[in-house]
Amino acid sequence: MDKIIANPLILLDVGLGHFLAVSAALFAFGLITISTRKNAVGILIGVELVLNGASLNFVAFSRYVTGSITGHVFSVFIIVMAAAEAAIALAIVLSIFQNFRTISSDYTTELKQ
Amino acid sequence: MAELLNHLNLAGAIFGLLATVTVGCAGIVALSRNVVHSALGLVVCLAGVAGLYVLLAADFLAAVQVLVYVGGILVLILFAVMLTNRISDVKVSNLSMGQGLAVPLGLVIATLIGVTALSVPWDTSAPSGANPTTVRLGNAFLDQYLLPFEIVSVVLLAALVGAVVIARKDVKE
Repeated sequence: MDKIIANPLILLDVGLGHFLAVSAALFAFGLITISTRKNAVGILIGVELVLNGASLNFVAFSRYVTGSITGHVFSVFIIVMAAAEAAIALAIVLSIFQNFRTISSDYTTELKQ
Repeated sequence: MAELLNHLNLAGAIFGLLATVTVGCAGIVALSRNVVHSALGLVVCLAGVAGLYVLLAADFLAAVQVLVYVGGILVLILFAVMLTNRISDVKVSNLSMGQGLAVPLGLVIATLIGVTALSVPWDTSAPSGANPTTVRLGNAFLDQYLLPFEIVSVVLLAALVGAVVIARKDVKE
């Protein structure tokens, strides 16, 4: 008991809830990033945060609730999707920059100029 | 028992460190006024998530996270940042609007998710040994998830070819 009082970290028996809390924070920060940024690359960075929060959830549930490998499989799919999405989105960003000389989402309101 | 307490203490301390770094860097990503700081914050944040994967005994995923995210996607993002922004003009490089609305909204959503997740009595009685996952993942990909695995390969190929087509300059005839 003395040991517990002396060192509160001992109480931190890491469980499912801790990981869910971290991934909820990641998701919320990603959401804030997506909704406030005007820079297209900034919006993309927010999407990556959201995807990582979801992926962390899958792995945490796989470890603590199901005990199967399914959550890992979904996480791998999420990572592959994120890679494809990042490649496409950044190509689009470069193309927009070549045409408009800016990537602010305020000024890129037309598909063709 | 003392051994167990020691073990929990270590895991808890590592988790606390990783969670602090991850969430703190996510905050930098969301609130920084310089897009380069945002991108570099994302590097550390994703590395922290890789550490959390290690803590969750997901060895293969941790390696993939480092290789694909920290090594690949982030290089792409930094490349795009350097190529498209006037970096010297940091004041306009990462403008954000409506933070007074978005931050409380994000806090509300995080609280909602957190409260919901913590109030549900999850059945955490499943056996959760820290076994290597690579063999089981490989078997799952080539057995139960063969079709999604093949489809996702085709999607990735199509996306990369599409990226090349979109990003190249038009060749004048």
